[in-house]
Amino acid sequence: MTISLRNLSTALGAFIVLLAAFCAVFAPLLAPHDPYVQNLDLRMVPPAWMDGGSAAHWLGTDQLGRDYLSRLIYGARISMLIGLATVVASGLIGTTLGVLGGFFGGRVDDVVMFIITTRLSIPFILMALTVVGLIGSSLTVVVLTLALLLWERFAVVARSTTMQVRTLDYIAAAWAAGCSRPYILMREILPNIIHHLIVVATLEAALAILLEAALSFLGLGVPPPQPSWGLMIAEARDYMFFSPWVIMVPGLTLFVLVLGINFLGDGLRDVLGATRDA
Amino acid sequence: MLKFFARRLLLAALVMLTVLTISFALTRLSGDLAISIAGPEATQQDVDIIRKSYGLDRPLVVQFASWVVDAAQGDLGRSFMYHEQASKLIGDRLPVTLRLGLGGLLVALVISLPLGIWAAMREGGPVDRAIMLVAVVGQAMPTFWLGLLLIIVFGLKLGWLPVSGADTWRGFVLPCFVLGFSAVPSLMRLTRSGMVDALASDYIRTARAKGLSRGVVVLKHALRNAAMPVVSISAVQLGFMLSGSVVIESVFALPGVGYLGWESITKSDFPVVQAVVLFLAVIFILLTLLADMMNALLDPRLRAS
Repeated sequence: MTISLRNLSTALGAFIVLLAAFCAVFAPLLAPHDPYVQNLDLRMVPPAWMDGGSAAHWLGTDQLGRDYLSRLIYGARISMLIGLATVVASGLIGTTLGVLGGFFGGRVDDVVMFIITTRLSIPFILMALTVVGLIGSSLTVVVLTLALLLWERFAVVARSTTMQVRTLDYIAAAWAAGCSRPYILMREILPNIIHHLIVVATLEAALAILLEAALSFLGLGVPPPQPSWGLMIAEARDYMFFSPWVIMVPGLTLFVLVLGINFLGDGLRDVLGATRDA
Repeated sequence: MLKFFARRLLLAALVMLTVLTISFALTRLSGDLAISIAGPEATQQDVDIIRKSYGLDRPLVVQFASWVVDAAQGDLGRSFMYHEQASKLIGDRLPVTLRLGLGGLLVALVISLPLGIWAAMREGGPVDRAIMLVAVVGQAMPTFWLGLLLIIVFGLKLGWLPVSGADTWRGFVLPCFVLGFSAVPSLMRLTRSGMVDALASDYIRTARAKGLSRGVVVLKHALRNAAMPVVSISAVQLGFMLSGSVVIESVFALPGVGYLGWESITKSDFPVVQAVVLFLAVIFILLTLLADMMNALLDPRLRAS
């Protein structure tokens, strides 16, 4: 019972993530319409199953008459890209810091802990908003900003797991065999903590996707007319009182994708025997 | 003990200095500040006047030093937009943000403590799994979207609560709930794992063996030990909530500190942006310092390490 339920949520999570990846890669083939083409005669058409809906626009159209389903499908590109790129970049920063601190200890570790504490003290969303506001909004700026701010969990987990691994016998054996420091770091330590980092990566990807949506919602993320799901919610906000579905559709999509990634992450954690926060 | 406090204070001071540097550097990111202030239609002459009157013609090190000295005295600069001291603008908006943060923390604790305890008592069972599922689902919820949904349901369809504004306590119900909800997953996990550890310990077995009732054992013996990390994390969580309030405040149009920050960013009001970033960072640093000191006082084991 326990195992099957867990497997079910992991499978569901994997399915959702794969589906989003599929949409992101094949968006031009899957989208029924051009996501950027406006049609002012066909504004705010409700989804097909509601009164006044049409089969031509299965999830309806937005305030500029753009096809909602097509925008959602193209929006998957933004979310998946944000999730992947942020995790790769912040993973590199955080893992490097954490492994160095955990491996060398002493002064090095003091410096790493100081950097982590400083990062935690900086009001995250406000800082991201400020950077984007000052430099100007674009997908690249959002990815870089999130990457520079989201590495601390990688660092914390890499540090504590490296500390545990460092004392194990096979590391002592590697020292005794005359292996160099870089060799031990790359070939002995890293492979033995990587499963913890993979789990962190799923959590951070989910967080990055949520944060991009929040930044775009506040008007300082991905700039219009790009179909970011957060931006879609912001643009639809003025119409939500009369047609609640305009915020339901992109919001639900965002929620389901993030839930899927979290399910997958939880499943991976059980399979890989990793810790959540360490 | 004194050595621990001294080290911790030194760390806080260093972090504070770094944050000061970062928030100073932030506004220099945009390139020439004088041009940004002057706006797109300014002539070179206007820019020169502004550069001189704001002291931007001085060397960067001098500018930084005078900013740090001013900030240490509570002078965080003047707003370009409101023509008032940034510290006064923050002070005016602080009550709203504090009410939101404390209300949110209360909501978070009221939900996560009982559920976390319940899950720990039924560890591995269906109740535990259901509660943990709530945590995963809650973590995936975009807060701004949840806010909008609640506005539609409770503000519009049912008409029970106002959709925006901070005039009465009723305006705070939905924002506090949303902000609190966002902290529930992590607090609940922490309560649960703390309780699981506590319930498995020797002193609980002793208490049970003495014939104490289950309720007394759980609430008096286990909770007391499990609550410690929760209390200190609550302080940290409050810091996160205050700095994360920018999203909630803009969804519910609450005129708090976060909203002020957002507004200043969109209007390029640099001194206020700088001041808000610094203010929220200082609050966070003080709250984590408080949490660490509290932990050290309550748990002698931590002081030794």
